[in-house]
Amino acid sequence: MLLTIEGLTKRYPTGDLALDKVDLQVPAGQVMALIGPSGAGKSTLIRCVNRLVEPSAGRVMLDGVALTTLGSGALRRARRRMGMIFQEYALVERLTVMENVLSGRLGYVGFWASWFRRFPRRDIEEAFRLLDRVGLAHMADKRADALSGGQRQRVGIVRALMQDPKLLLVDEPTASLDPKTSRQIMRLIVELCAERGLAAIINIHDVALAQQFARRIVGLRAGRIVFDGPAEDLRAEGLTAIYGEEDWSQTIRRAEEEEEAATESAA
Amino acid sequence: MSATGLPAATGGAFDPAAAARGWRPPPLIATPWLRYAVYLGALAYALLAFSSIEVNWTRAAEGVERAGRFLGGFFPPDFITKGDDILAGLLESLTMTVVSTGIGIILSIPVALGASRNLAPLPVYLACRGLIAISRTFQEIIIAIVFVAMVGFGPLAGTLTLAFATIGFMAKLIAEDIEDIQASQAEAVRATGASWFQLLAWGVLPQVRPRLIGLSAYRLDINFRESAVLGLVGAGGIGDTLNTSFDRYEFDTAAAVLIVIIVIVLACEYASGFIRRKVQ
Repeated sequence: MLLTIEGLTKRYPTGDLALDKVDLQVPAGQVMALIGPSGAGKSTLIRCVNRLVEPSAGRVMLDGVALTTLGSGALRRARRRMGMIFQEYALVERLTVMENVLSGRLGYVGFWASWFRRFPRRDIEEAFRLLDRVGLAHMADKRADALSGGQRQRVGIVRALMQDPKLLLVDEPTASLDPKTSRQIMRLIVELCAERGLAAIINIHDVALAQQFARRIVGLRAGRIVFDGPAEDLRAEGLTAIYGEEDWSQTIRRAEEEEEAATESAA
Repeated sequence: MSATGLPAATGGAFDPAAAARGWRPPPLIATPWLRYAVYLGALAYALLAFSSIEVNWTRAAEGVERAGRFLGGFFPPDFITKGDDILAGLLESLTMTVVSTGIGIILSIPVALGASRNLAPLPVYLACRGLIAISRTFQEIIIAIVFVAMVGFGPLAGTLTLAFATIGFMAKLIAEDIEDIQASQAEAVRATGASWFQLLAWGVLPQVRPRLIGLSAYRLDINFRESAVLGLVGAGGIGDTLNTSFDRYEFDTAAAVLIVIIVIVLACEYASGFIRRKVQ
């Protein structure tokens, strides 16, 4: 098992219980979608894995290393194996595309080397290779804020891959993108995970997208896991358990139609 | 309930035209009696204040005549007679300005980091905010008097004064900029496994750099103007030259010094404005 979460609990200083004894296991290479209503604890869960948010209780193990007990130096080394992709891309806007991509290597180089942007040649090569893979090699010296939303998210993905991760933590990657770009970004993430054998936890609001691109879906409601199963097993009962009572027939039908459309166009 | 799920309108009973006629822009003070009390009070105060002014017009006229003679002494400005003194004072002022701005900025950066609530723990934050408050509470002249008492007359006292004032000014404004950064960008840098200093260099600095450069240019400009004043309390610089020329009734030399100050302040202001426009 690549990632093992046991009894993970997070209570914020305000008293809000964001996660309530969550147990979750993710094997190597599995792409998993984490769905749930706003405030269910999705963001908190992935941030407790790389400890951008400190969990209140519980254990997180990555590849046999207990992340929850690491000191700050060891935590930084462990974070290198977990690439993160963000909702609003979270690129450093005044840096160039290449600088943003190379920032994925910060955990591997010393302070002064990074200050003078003296990264190893093979890192820069890898950066160009990955930028080319997502079709942005010609944008390397553009400032990040000159890019469109879809382009920025592709840079965000490359930055995460530069860390040479085992696991991707993906937080609402498509929330600020149009439907077509959303699908392209999701497809890219899933393809890259397959190419490199990466596991991924993808927080996502769009149930149809989740079903289309992830094989496993975990539903979170009020800090507890209320659904965990293959994408095709998610039906109206499951959605009601996650989100509450609503007419789900359109949502599910839409997802199935899109899958059919996708297979037809692929054929 | 209407089809949209919004509460139903009141129907035929509502007359938009009548409502539009009756609508007035909201007044500054909502309570009518308070509003009129404030207006009347202000009017009464103005009347009483004007009636209490005593102007001695003969003395005012004499003053105008004296001012005329005084200003006449300024012409023509004399750059030559005390040219060496003016040049020495000017160079001293410029040296004080550059050195104090440089030292001040370098020292203000750690203080600014400590005074940012999103980076520093509470005790550090309070200490740095306290230092900033002290630096900003006292006017440069007062700080200069203290430093003159400590290290004696001359440009060292002026330099220390300006450096100290620069710390308060820069640290406060930079700290505010650091507190306004987009947390997501810094979080993304942290998520890569970056160290704390790398977080500053890659997540924070790119976001505050334009303001850091702009404020530095602005502070250089301020420090030159202040250096001209500090001479009046014996803290060196061109202010010393100006003060001396007044003491000796050499108004033509004083005029020359003033012109030099004006030209340099204008040049500084133009340059710092240009730099700030460039980095935005």
